[in-house]
Amino acid sequence: MIAEKEFCADTELIRKDAVIIGAGPAGLAAAVQLYKQGIRDLVILEREEEPGGILRQCIHDGFGLGRFGESLSGPEYARIFIDEVEKLGIPYETGAAVTRLTKDRLVQAVTRKGLRTYQAKAVILAMGCKERTRGALGIPGERPAGVFTAGTAQAYMNLYNRMPGREVVILGSGDIGMIMARRLTLEGAHVQAVLEIMPYPAGLPRNILQCLDDYNIPLYLRHTVTCIHGKSRLTGVTAAQVDGQRRPIPGTEKEYSCDTLILSVGLIPENKLLEDAGIVIDPKTHGAVVDENLQTSIPGVFSAGNVLHVHDLVDFVSLEAEALARHAAEYIQKGDVPHCGLDILCGDGIGHTVPQKVSGERNFNLSLRVRKPMRGCRIVVRQNGREAAVKTMKKAIPAEMIQFQVPAGKLDRSGALEVSAEEL
Amino acid sequence: MKKQYDVIIIGAGVVGSAIARELSRYVLDIAVLEKNPDVCNETSGRNSAVVHGGFANPTGSLKARCCAWGNRIMDQLAAELDFPFKRCGKVLVGNTEEDRQQLEKTMRQGAVNGCSGLEMIDGRKLHELVPAVNGSFALWSKRSGIMDPFLYTTALAENAHANGAEFYFEHEVTGISREDGYYYLHTMRGDFKTRWVVNAAGLGAKQISDLLGIKGYRVIGSRSNYIILHKRMGRLLPMPVYPVPSNTYMGIHITPTVDGNVTIGPDAENTDVLDDYSVPQGAVTFLATEGAKLWPHINPADQIRTFAGIQPKLVDENGAIQDWKVEIRDDTAPNAVNLIGIESPGLTGSVPLARYVIRMMQERETFRENPAFNPVHKGIVRFFACTKEEQEKLIRSNPDYGEIICSCEEITKAEILQAIHNPLGVSTMTGIKYRTRAMMGGCQGGFCQAKIEQLIERELGKDPADVVYSRSGSYVVTGPMRKENENDR
Repeated sequence: MIAEKEFCADTELIRKDAVIIGAGPAGLAAAVQLYKQGIRDLVILEREEEPGGILRQCIHDGFGLGRFGESLSGPEYARIFIDEVEKLGIPYETGAAVTRLTKDRLVQAVTRKGLRTYQAKAVILAMGCKERTRGALGIPGERPAGVFTAGTAQAYMNLYNRMPGREVVILGSGDIGMIMARRLTLEGAHVQAVLEIMPYPAGLPRNILQCLDDYNIPLYLRHTVTCIHGKSRLTGVTAAQVDGQRRPIPGTEKEYSCDTLILSVGLIPENKLLEDAGIVIDPKTHGAVVDENLQTSIPGVFSAGNVLHVHDLVDFVSLEAEALARHAAEYIQKGDVPHCGLDILCGDGIGHTVPQKVSGERNFNLSLRVRKPMRGCRIVVRQNGREAAVKTMKKAIPAEMIQFQVPAGKLDRSGALEVSAEEL
Repeated sequence: MKKQYDVIIIGAGVVGSAIARELSRYVLDIAVLEKNPDVCNETSGRNSAVVHGGFANPTGSLKARCCAWGNRIMDQLAAELDFPFKRCGKVLVGNTEEDRQQLEKTMRQGAVNGCSGLEMIDGRKLHELVPAVNGSFALWSKRSGIMDPFLYTTALAENAHANGAEFYFEHEVTGISREDGYYYLHTMRGDFKTRWVVNAAGLGAKQISDLLGIKGYRVIGSRSNYIILHKRMGRLLPMPVYPVPSNTYMGIHITPTVDGNVTIGPDAENTDVLDDYSVPQGAVTFLATEGAKLWPHINPADQIRTFAGIQPKLVDENGAIQDWKVEIRDDTAPNAVNLIGIESPGLTGSVPLARYVIRMMQERETFRENPAFNPVHKGIVRFFACTKEEQEKLIRSNPDYGEIICSCEEITKAEILQAIHNPLGVSTMTGIKYRTRAMMGGCQGGFCQAKIEQLIERELGKDPADVVYSRSGSYVVTGPMRKENENDR
């Protein structure tokens, strides 16, 4: 069924130093920083009608505390970068959905004015992430209307002024789920409970406080939805406690009568283009495997933000994209970045790391998440049996991304690095 | 009282739609009454979507005859009606001597049934055809295939509609009476008068049969669960892989879809409940485990959805499964064609079965050919499946083809608008989904469903609370969140 599509002849190619896919926080920050690094021949391609990415629908505040020292709404945070992009005259095209990416850095976009094919020296992947769905979880039961992922419910409310439902149960304690618990409550819905299968919350402590506790919404840890009821619209869900292996415990079932189930059960990098292009994907992050330059397995293709690994705070997305821009500018100007032959391995207690490869010759920024909450721990980077870097933390939780710099001084030019989290 | 018809078909599944389409070759006023809001909502759309060869059913049965015939004409139907069909072949895989004997028996039965392209192959050839399969040898059916059952049924129904047949959705027949040579069909939305009735109600056929006064049939449901895997997996599976069949059950098989997904199922269990499509946890685990014995690439991370389907099976007093029953009881219910227990291979055999039904009708009444009948139906042009040049041309002729709404499946606004304004007047979210594939990808409509809901509201002038997902009552949102202000928009 899928027709073989050839890219058009060279004459029709639009040549660019940098093509940025996505005008969300990562794409916008990368564009501004590339411009500041002297890269002027660039374009941002955005599939939606407006720039801003998912921030457009995040009307709650709490963005920008780290970067701007004040609490902004999502659209306000995005606006700062959009204004900068517009002030610098960086071209962006909205309504331009990128459908193809090749190893040779050809980028094809579909627009209302026709197809566009770009030949880029550097491609910046900044497409963000998507939500895990009911199908991916395989929640048993009927398939009525009224089951939404948190982001979809948020879009209905904040972009389209539509009320998803009135009696709500939320599965998963991800940040968007908790924020939607508050949002739905403020709009007159009754949120009966937030259920989390793990023994600890998935989202940030501040959201538990501000979105659940302040509104008397109960959070039940070690609970999940075991069955969905309703032939047309949702009529209820069965919930149960789970054991250490996350299996429902018979006899603990509880019935909730509700018309809406919101799922906040994880985010996954939007990696369809990566798969098509043959970029190596890390099964732990579901994003690209990158080196310390944030370069993927395809030379000249870089990745940052939630398409690389899911972040907790947008401030870190912006910083990562700016770091990417410095490396991408180096690539565009010199035609190469330092080779990275050393692997970073996840040791005890570490869920994933970014980057996954380094050169051993430069300082690099290490991002990671721990597997389980820990009180008092050391995050240790070891190489050839020696400690190359250590970060001591009073507490570490999976909901928070941990970042620190690893200095090149103590690194050898050979031997894999292993990162582990050790409880004190 | 609504309009009077020559023929009313009860049920807009694949069989009812095929009968409507084949009957529209004649000068007849035809209506189809369907209790669901769309075609293909039950058995026809909830199965493996395989075009069978016709070797698996007992020689001489109506199932075997219609199946072999349906297989032979499927290329022509696909060309006329413009639905996705791939004659990719399939393999039935065996390991033991007993398996080999069973497969050879199946092959002999196939030859008598008129199936061509059956061949026993060794392990080397099998692994050439399907690299990762677990098996020592196989029966290769070269003429088996896969299709899109929803687009096939839609095409049949829309072609019937274009040739004059009328479709009434959410019209469940709750009573039938007969007076002065006419049937009166009662629904919650009014009564219909007709000279002929065709009972193609699938899972509901026994009730309709009872209403016609034809009693005593025993029909049980055979309920099956399926897992759907992500499109990336289809690349690894060129054709369906089946275990060795028994006389009544094809076994859990792994099947590519025409769009590149992979389905795993069915796990067939008998039931008396004919409207429960819930998928239990145990079934998902069981299917993944059993499926992996045949084909090892089954990984929970690739699972995007599950579904269930129910087939109506006519059984005798001992519970033995019977052939399809197609009859006209001139004494009890004249001018009523009664179809009972139409299960697999109903998808493959639908048009031959429709022609068989019409022949029975023609033994009792002469139908005049409709000179205006046009067998050709054009589906919605799929942007994704076009060449680059075709895509450029589409966008030039209609810029909505340049606006992608569903990114996962690359479905454009132009396709969604065509689906919203479909000829049958269906306005559900799943109606758009099955007609276009929007919302069927990795994010399962996470990004595009709200946009599609908005388009339905706008294009059809519906109140927000009146947009439904699939069945009546399945409202998507409760209404505006805050009072709408025209000036805000």
